[in-house]
Amino acid sequence: MPLPNRDGLTTSGAAPRRKRRPSSPFRLTAELTTPQFVGIAVLVFAGLLAAWWAVTASGLVAPLFLPGPGQVFGRLVTLALNGQLWEDAGISIYRIMVGFLIATGLAVPIGVLIGSYRVWEAAIEPVVDFIRYMPVVAFVPLTILWVGTEDPQKFLIIWIGTFFQQVLLIMDNVKRVPWDFIDLGRTLEMPERKILTRIVVPSALPGIWDSLRISLGWAWTWLVLAELVAATSGLGYRIVTAQRFFQTDTIIGYILVLGCFGLISDQAMKAVSRRLFRYAEARR
Amino acid sequence: MNVEQPKLQISGLSKEFRRRGQAVLALDGVDLAIAENEFVSLVGTSGCGKSTLLMIVAGLQDFDTGEVLVDGQPVEGPGRDRGVVFQSYTLLPWLTAQQNVEFALRAAGSKGAELRERAREHLALVGLDRFADAFPNQLSGGMKQRVALARALSYRPKMLLMDEPFGALDALTRHHMQELLTRIWERHRLTVLFITHDVEEAVYLSDRVAIMSNAPGRIKETIPIPLARPRRYDITTSAEFLELHRRVLKSIREESIRAAEMDEALAEG
Ligand SMILES: Nc1ncnc2c1ncn2[C@@H]1O[C@H](COP(=O)(O)OP(=O)(O)OP(=O)(O)O)[C@@H](O)[C@H]1O
Ligand SMILES: [Mg+2]
Repeated sequence: MPLPNRDGLTTSGAAPRRKRRPSSPFRLTAELTTPQFVGIAVLVFAGLLAAWWAVTASGLVAPLFLPGPGQVFGRLVTLALNGQLWEDAGISIYRIMVGFLIATGLAVPIGVLIGSYRVWEAAIEPVVDFIRYMPVVAFVPLTILWVGTEDPQKFLIIWIGTFFQQVLLIMDNVKRVPWDFIDLGRTLEMPERKILTRIVVPSALPGIWDSLRISLGWAWTWLVLAELVAATSGLGYRIVTAQRFFQTDTIIGYILVLGCFGLISDQAMKAVSRRLFRYAEARR
Repeated sequence: MNVEQPKLQISGLSKEFRRRGQAVLALDGVDLAIAENEFVSLVGTSGCGKSTLLMIVAGLQDFDTGEVLVDGQPVEGPGRDRGVVFQSYTLLPWLTAQQNVEFALRAAGSKGAELRERAREHLALVGLDRFADAFPNQLSGGMKQRVALARALSYRPKMLLMDEPFGALDALTRHHMQELLTRIWERHRLTVLFITHDVEEAVYLSDRVAIMSNAPGRIKETIPIPLARPRRYDITTSAEFLELHRRVLKSIREESIRAAEMDEALAEG
């Protein structure tokens, strides 16, 4: 039997032979290699694609309602080649970047503040919580009245949809900083402000980053909503126009493109997190 | 300055918590004095108020009545003259072992090459200089607590306050840590208030063991430990050690029996 050494680590003195456990992938905590993981994910995507193809090729549904994959991808290729797709995507990405950055830039300091000080929590948290439950959709007409139908209205809708949620998520992250960490700062006679910047913020940062990643996903939804209702450009606008001309292939193509953008931005945020917070990687 | 003046003087200390509108008297009339460079352990049943007492001495919690003096000066909040080692490791996970020690030294006003050297020195003191660049999640529990000890020692506090620092460690690692702490203490001398559940640990490490009574918490008795120093682990099997161990244990047992009877009486009444 391996004995724990002085540091509590187990060492194998006489190198006992590793017993092979029956390794079913359906056991709790069972690990997969990266190729296995990717393989399964790709397989599921391929399955869905095949099902889509089968349903349309068999003539079960009219192409007007659900065009086949070939037609949709063909349409996307055409739009990509004539530049339409890139123009629409560029505008939408610009809007989401600005809206999301404004929301994040405000939410991080405010979330940290109300997570750290009860006074600010009492002043701000109930209001934020109240507004958070108001339906974003209902703000669309109001924002059009306030700022018109240009880009600022898109920023505003994205901001309304993400900011309030972000504040609460970030507050939660900050509240989970162990009290002992703060006490440590106190026993070192660090001034409050330094405890906040040197201990609380770095300690909450991995969690904050994760909250931002999740809220970025929501931002895509609000952007498209805003573009669907009132816009003269962007991915959402193109979807509405396509509907007017019964171009179902464009609609579905753009929905798929939006899904891809969401997936890419999510994976990018995750990759950055893995680099930035390598120290926090759980040892399992 | 009076030579007889204790390093730490606690007198008539009491502390009340409010829980759901009800007052819980955690400490009531605690008297304890610790001399300069004395190692005192505090033992007692769970919930008797040991951590509360330590947090008050650290200045991290306030109290209702009584006095806490360090070098004759009343304690007003936490300070670098009292280093604290918490039961949870409290290493900052985004900093390496070296950087964790440097973090404390920097707060204490140390800079540049001196900062790095002193951090390295203290890691060597706890035998972890080879792990200077490891992040906390790459260290075992015992190693983490050694870094925490190095960090608390690095800025030279006059007093070390330790709340069950080895409580989360397995028995073997614990013994190793106890030996390490004794060795460091015997070489560098420092006033220590050490909380533990483990009677053997208390007797092995201390000059004196203070036994706390439960509900309300106060110091019931203090038992001097006149074992010779330097202490090696062999003494834990000596007759003298076993006798002291028995005495401390008996005192705690009386206390826990009394507490159990009180609980019963409370349940019946
Ligand atoms: N913040 C608090 N609010 C209310 N009651 C508290 C608080 N902290 C401690 N207490 C109560 O005070 C008493 C003493 O608690 P304390 O943590 O000091 O005990 P302890 O001796 O350290 O116990 P253990 O050995 O289990 O760590 C307990 O009855 C506990 O429930
Ligand atoms: Mg305790």
